[in-house]
Amino acid sequence: MNPLLTHYLVVSALLFSIGFAGAVARRSAIIVLIGIELMLNAANLNFIAFWRYGAHSEALTGVLFVLFSIAIAAAEAAVGLALVIAIYRQRKTTQVDGLDRLKG
Amino acid sequence: MNALDQIFVAAGRWMTGLAPAPLQPLVAMALAIAGLMAVFGTCFAVTTIFERKILGRMQNRLGPNRVGPFGLLQPMADGVKMLTKEDIVPFSADRVVHFLAPLALTVPVWLAFAVLPFGRNMSAIDLNAGILFFFAIGSASELAVFMAGWSSQNKYALLGAMRAIAQMISYEVPLVLATIPVLMAAGSLSLTDIVLAQSGTVMGVVPRWNVLTPWGLAGFALFMIAAAAESNRCPFDLPEGESELIAGFLTEYSGFKYALFFLGEYLGLFAVTALAVTLFLGGWQAPLPALEWFPSWGWFAVKFSALIFLFIWVRATLPRLRLDQLLSFAWKFLVPLALVNLFVAVGWWQSSAWHFPAALELRWLLGAGLLAVPYVWLGQALKSGKPVQHHYSYAE
Amino acid sequence: MLNEIAFYLIAAVTLGFAVAAMALRQLIHCALCAAAAFAGLAMLYLQLDADFVGFAQLLVYVGAIAILIVFAVLLTRNDEILPGSRRSSPSWLMGIAAALLVLSGIALPILNSPSLRHAPTATAAAPVKLIGVELMTHYVLPLEMVGILLTAALLGAVVIAMREEPETKTQSRPPAARRVETSEVVSQP
Repeated sequence: MNPLLTHYLVVSALLFSIGFAGAVARRSAIIVLIGIELMLNAANLNFIAFWRYGAHSEALTGVLFVLFSIAIAAAEAAVGLALVIAIYRQRKTTQVDGLDRLKG
Repeated sequence: MNALDQIFVAAGRWMTGLAPAPLQPLVAMALAIAGLMAVFGTCFAVTTIFERKILGRMQNRLGPNRVGPFGLLQPMADGVKMLTKEDIVPFSADRVVHFLAPLALTVPVWLAFAVLPFGRNMSAIDLNAGILFFFAIGSASELAVFMAGWSSQNKYALLGAMRAIAQMISYEVPLVLATIPVLMAAGSLSLTDIVLAQSGTVMGVVPRWNVLTPWGLAGFALFMIAAAAESNRCPFDLPEGESELIAGFLTEYSGFKYALFFLGEYLGLFAVTALAVTLFLGGWQAPLPALEWFPSWGWFAVKFSALIFLFIWVRATLPRLRLDQLLSFAWKFLVPLALVNLFVAVGWWQSSAWHFPAALELRWLLGAGLLAVPYVWLGQALKSGKPVQHHYSYAE
Repeated sequence: MLNEIAFYLIAAVTLGFAVAAMALRQLIHCALCAAAAFAGLAMLYLQLDADFVGFAQLLVYVGAIAILIVFAVLLTRNDEILPGSRRSSPSWLMGIAAALLVLSGIALPILNSPSLRHAPTATAAAPVKLIGVELMTHYVLPLEMVGILLTAALLGAVVIAMREEPETKTQSRPPAARRVETSEVVSQP
């Protein structure tokens, strides 16, 4: 018996919530970025699962969407990490609690 | 002819037939894996001794000649030494990551051998996106280098690891760019299709290998340079240069783990050389139809050995490049040349419809000329103008 | 049968590494566990017959993004994790509660809908040739836009992370600016 679509969707939901928990609860900016990447990956898994298990899989919509999503995630990770490095040089910290100059 | 050619395939099928029916796929897979490990393990042992002998001869000395006739049993001695050395792990090292790094290096490299066609019908898996699998697996082993360097908690090891990663990432770009014209020529990413696209001859004399076209020749040169850098091979072996950083990211490894790293590095070299044979030298195909009596895996072995000899030759000849020279060579010289190579390849195909006399010579001239101009121009532009001032200080 | 065992194993390993990536104390361990989670996801894509996407995920995520994260961790080390410092923000419990809320919001409808419980369609293949044709015909505009986006991101990342030396000339390199230091150290006799 093959795994059903539900299995893949539940795995994707779990991965998304794990990434979300990490992005919200941790203090280090880099862990927040890793959490965001996990959330993007969970969404990609969702797309591929629906492509495989759905109708019209010859149109390759899911596959192409995920390819573009991977490319955009790479660009976003690069710029995000560059920002973290630049902020570290100024403030000597990567903890998001300390980055509150614009507060109040 | 055919029987000798397919002897391994036939033997594999016979042995799989001996197993009970439900287990047959597993037995077939296990046989392929065992065959690959046996052949390339032996190749590793043979290469270590022959490299040292050839390096010695090129440096006007004998290589190792104590163990066995002409020193040919030296790999046995090396193996015994590596296996019986004490496994020292530094006190402050991160034990889990330190242990996993050699595994993380060797496993992806073994995986890469699965898609290479070693003879007619002799690739373990024929993937639709075979070459993408190869490059993906190759890039997965870069993280292992970092793990090795960081877990040793040693400044020199970390420095060596960061240099190694910078080098490997930088040279991945020309490596992939050099293979793109080959993929366009074959119309497929599957390695068996790429080999089959190089079959036949031009005018009955010259085989249709990719290396015998202007873009193929330049692509082959680019690929070999990038492959040497990817395997941390001289002249690009700064990360593990003995005179620079002790042993780079391998400093805190001894015994079996060092042997695994050594194995992983040589296996990476073999994988990338086999890929060069497949992409540019026509894989397992004989040069002329008259020479087809020699088995296909034999031709593969001959071409493979020739390229390994080329790598050893280059190691014996050229000095090591410094890190900034290495990186600027990759980004400022190889990448533009690889892009120009792409255009020359497209020009070659567009002009393949020319059939007037001397068309082939004209196409070669145009292709080579279009490549030679950026080569010379970039070479001149990247040379620093003023001579380098060396400051030597001697002990008084 | 084998398919299902493989799926459960790979999914369990991926989720385990993802939890480790979010929970461990040392940043490098988090980054390495995240790389392993990405590799596990690539294996899930391969199980879903999306070969090209699986290999692209390995190449991009494990081969590039994981290394970017590792370099960023190395360049922003505080070198001492103070014993009293907390790795989670003071409201971490609220964060976990919010994540559980999100999980239930997504997973409960999935588990309760019978229309999703079907088996895979017989053949779904994504041959590379077809992907190429689609990219060049129906999806050529997104392809070009992604190209422009990646170029802009590359230049932007280099400019943002560039170390600004007031007197000496800056060398623009990808965001591992430490390489500038090492070459300066090595080239002095």
